[in-house]
Order: sequence, then C-alpha cells, then structure tokens
Amino acid sequence: MKHVTEEELIAYRDGETNRREAIGAHLKECPECARELEQIEAVLSALNALPVPEPGEDYGQRVWWQIASRLPEKKGKWWEGLFLPRRMVAFATVAALIVLAFFAGRVTRHSTGGGDVADASKVRERVLVVAVGEHLGRSEMILMELVNAQPGPGQKTMNISATQKRAEDLVEENRLYRQTALRDGDAAMASTLDELERVLLDIANSPDEVTPAQFESLRKRIESKGILFKVRVVNQDLREREKARKPSPEQEKTGVKERNKA
Amino acid sequence: MREGIEKVDGEAISDAVAVQRTLAGERDAYRVLVERHSRSVFRMAYRMTGNSHDAEDVVQEAFLRAYQKLEKFAGEANFGTWVYRIAANYAIDRLRQRNVEKARRRMPSNPGEEGFEVDPLSTAQDPAPSPERLAGSTQLAAKMKDALEALTPAERTAVVMRHWEGCAIEEIAAVLKSNSNATKNTVFRAVGKLRRALEPFAGSNQAARAMGTES
Repeated sequence: MKHVTEEELIAYRDGETNRREAIGAHLKECPECARELEQIEAVLSALNALPVPEPGEDYGQRVWWQIASRLPEKKGKWWEGLFLPRRMVAFATVAALIVLAFFAGRVTRHSTGGGDVADASKVRERVLVVAVGEHLGRSEMILMELVNAQPGPGQKTMNISATQKRAEDLVEENRLYRQTALRDGDAAMASTLDELERVLLDIANSPDEVTPAQFESLRKRIESKGILFKVRVVNQDLREREKARKPSPEQEKTGVKERNKA
Repeated sequence: MREGIEKVDGEAISDAVAVQRTLAGERDAYRVLVERHSRSVFRMAYRMTGNSHDAEDVVQEAFLRAYQKLEKFAGEANFGTWVYRIAANYAIDRLRQRNVEKARRRMPSNPGEEGFEVDPLSTAQDPAPSPERLAGSTQLAAKMKDALEALTPAERTAVVMRHWEGCAIEEIAAVLKSNSNATKNTVFRAVGKLRRALEPFAGSNQAARAMGTES
C-alpha cells in the first residue's frame, strides 16, 4: 500500500475518514507513516498546551457592566412574556391567590357588615403574607440543603439537578412577589426578594453536575451574600405580623358575641 | 443518556426563557445570558486573536451584536452556540483587519502587542521544570505563536475551532461561509503549516515533552 497522505493522517486522527481500518492497518506496518502521525499528534498537543489567561469568576458580570449602557430597551409586546411556561404557572398561582383573597373578602363582608373594604384588603394582605412566607420557607430549605451538603470522600462530581429544578421553579414565583412588594411600597421585602432572586438564578444556572471545587464556590457565593440569614429574618417578621393579626381566643370569643348581638 | 438529554434540554430552556424575556422588553434578562456565556466566548476569542485586549473586545462586541440581532435568533440553535458563532465571525474580521494594518505598516510584529502574551502560568505548570524543559517550553510557545500568526485568518479560525474548541466541521464552515470539504481542507492546510513550522520540536513527541504535556 502507498504511504498515507498528511491530510488522511489528520482526518484519521480526527475520526473524519471512512478509510479508518485500512489506514490503521497500514500504520501498524509502516513506521514512517506512524512517525508522521506521531508528529501531528505532538504539534496538536503543543497547541493545546498554550495557556489562556483565566478572566476570573466575575468576568461575566464585568462584561455586563461594560455593555449594559449600550443596550437599547427592546419594545416587546407586554403579553409575550405572559405565555412563558414558568411564568404561566406563577401567574396561575398568583391569580388563584387573588381569587381566594376576593372570596375571603366577600365572606368577611357578609359576616361583619361594616368596614368591608378595609376587611377585604386585610384578608388579601393576609393571604399574600401566608403565600410569601411559604415561598421563603421553600427557598430557605434549598439554601440550607446547599450550604450543608458535603461531597463524599473521593467523590468527583455532585449532582445538584434536583435542587436546581426547584430553584428554577421558585425564580418566577419570587419575581412576582418582588413586584407585588414593590407595588405595595414594601422596600425591605422587595430588596430581600431581589437578592434571593439573584441567588436562585445562580443556582438554577449552575451545571447539573459540579465538581467539589465548583460546589464550594457556589456555596461560598451563597454564604457571602448572607441571604440565608436575611430570608430567615424576613420570614420570621412575616410570621410575627401574621401572629399579631390573628385575634387571641379571648378576642375571638368577644368578636363572635358582638357579631351575634348584631 | 436520559440525564444528558435532560441537561441539554434544561440548558436550552433556561437560555430560551432569557431570550424570550429580553425580547419581551426585559433588558435585565439578557444579563443572565451574558454572565453565563462570557467566559467560554473569551477563551475562544483569546485563542483566535492571541491577546486579552482583542479577546475582551470580541466578547463585548459579540454580546452587543447578539442583542441587536436577537429577533433573528428565534431559537434556531442554542444561544451559546449562536453567540459563539457571532464572536468567531467578529474575531475573523478583526484578524483580517489586523493583517491589513500589519501589511500597511510593514513593521515586524511586536510580541508585547500582538500574538500570545507570555503567560507566567505557562512556565508554572510543572512544579519543578528542568532548565532544558523551561527553555524548550518558552521557545516552543514563542515558535507556536509565530506559526499561528503566519496562518491566514481562515486557517487560524479553522484550527482554533477544530482543535482547541472541538467544533464540528459544519459549525466551522458556517463561520468561514464555506462548505464542509473546503473547510476540511483549510483545517488540513493549517495543521500542515503548523507542523512544518514546528518541525524541529515535532519529532517523537518532543513538542509535547517541551510543553510538559507528554502522556
């Protein structure tokens, strides 16, 4: 057999030839062609070894700050975003809450008579407080799981896809609660939800399989922002607000008597 | 296998949602895409241009162009591949422009301005390199830099995308605006040129030894 050409050897090395078996057989018998293939391999290995500087963990953020001011607003159609799958789920959740709040308001109005508008608004707020509290509880659980997880001895990768999926589901919900908090003028809540959203996005956008080093870096990012603590504080505050709103058994009895009298 | 599919789907959905939200007028959603893909685009841009300054310009320009053309993207591929292609296109234009300027000036290239920066990490790979290896490594890196500089922009793009980034021939052909066979020939030509330029190092794995990557 004739010697193999350089092109054929490169194609053989790249798995791009349909003469693989014939070339392989020739290489076993022809030291000259085998040496030539070795040289090609050596050149490509040397090419691979050329260093590329590491731009740093925060490189993406830096690029964003460099280009953000040069990106014009896109005039999207307002309804386009509503039909995104996750947004639809969150939209449905919030819609259900509003309906619930509405009916709760009607029930309160029938039973109490006067002050119905104020009561309906209180009930609506209460439903939202409970919903946000549950949302924060679920977020706290995810953060706790990640902060406390440890790779096993000799474990090369960790699969965090299940946690990621849950984080991804919470992002959309979080967004709507944040917007509601902003609309209601609750700046402290909106700010915590904003920080939480960034952390949830960070988790959702990490690879499914992470090395212990990558996992450690994610854990450090979560810890450095102190988000777990902030979420706990806000959640505790919500619970207290909720407790303060609930009448004590004594007040409840008096209330019932009053209503019966009326 | 199923896990792989889920992973690919998960990635595609996340990017796709960010694209849709950006198109719906939410500019901040684009930030997710920029933060997620900047580093891989930088690596490719650095290999194409050979220096950090040009590579950073390529990254910024690629994301700006991708934002402007986002309406045309329409989920045709994964966003990462798409922005990568835009970056490769811009890098090749930049290489061509650089070659024109170089020819106009007819000045010898200045290693501080063009070509691969001499990265101290390249000599720190081996904890205790022998003086011969150290000399060989620096010499080979310089030789490789010259050899890459001598390639045409299309050859350099082809070899970077094929042998560094592991891209498919069709992907490279799309960037070079060429067909698969012509692209394969460009890759072969580029590897052949590099081989001849590095001939003194390339015998019996000498190159790999000099770079400290011998298996």
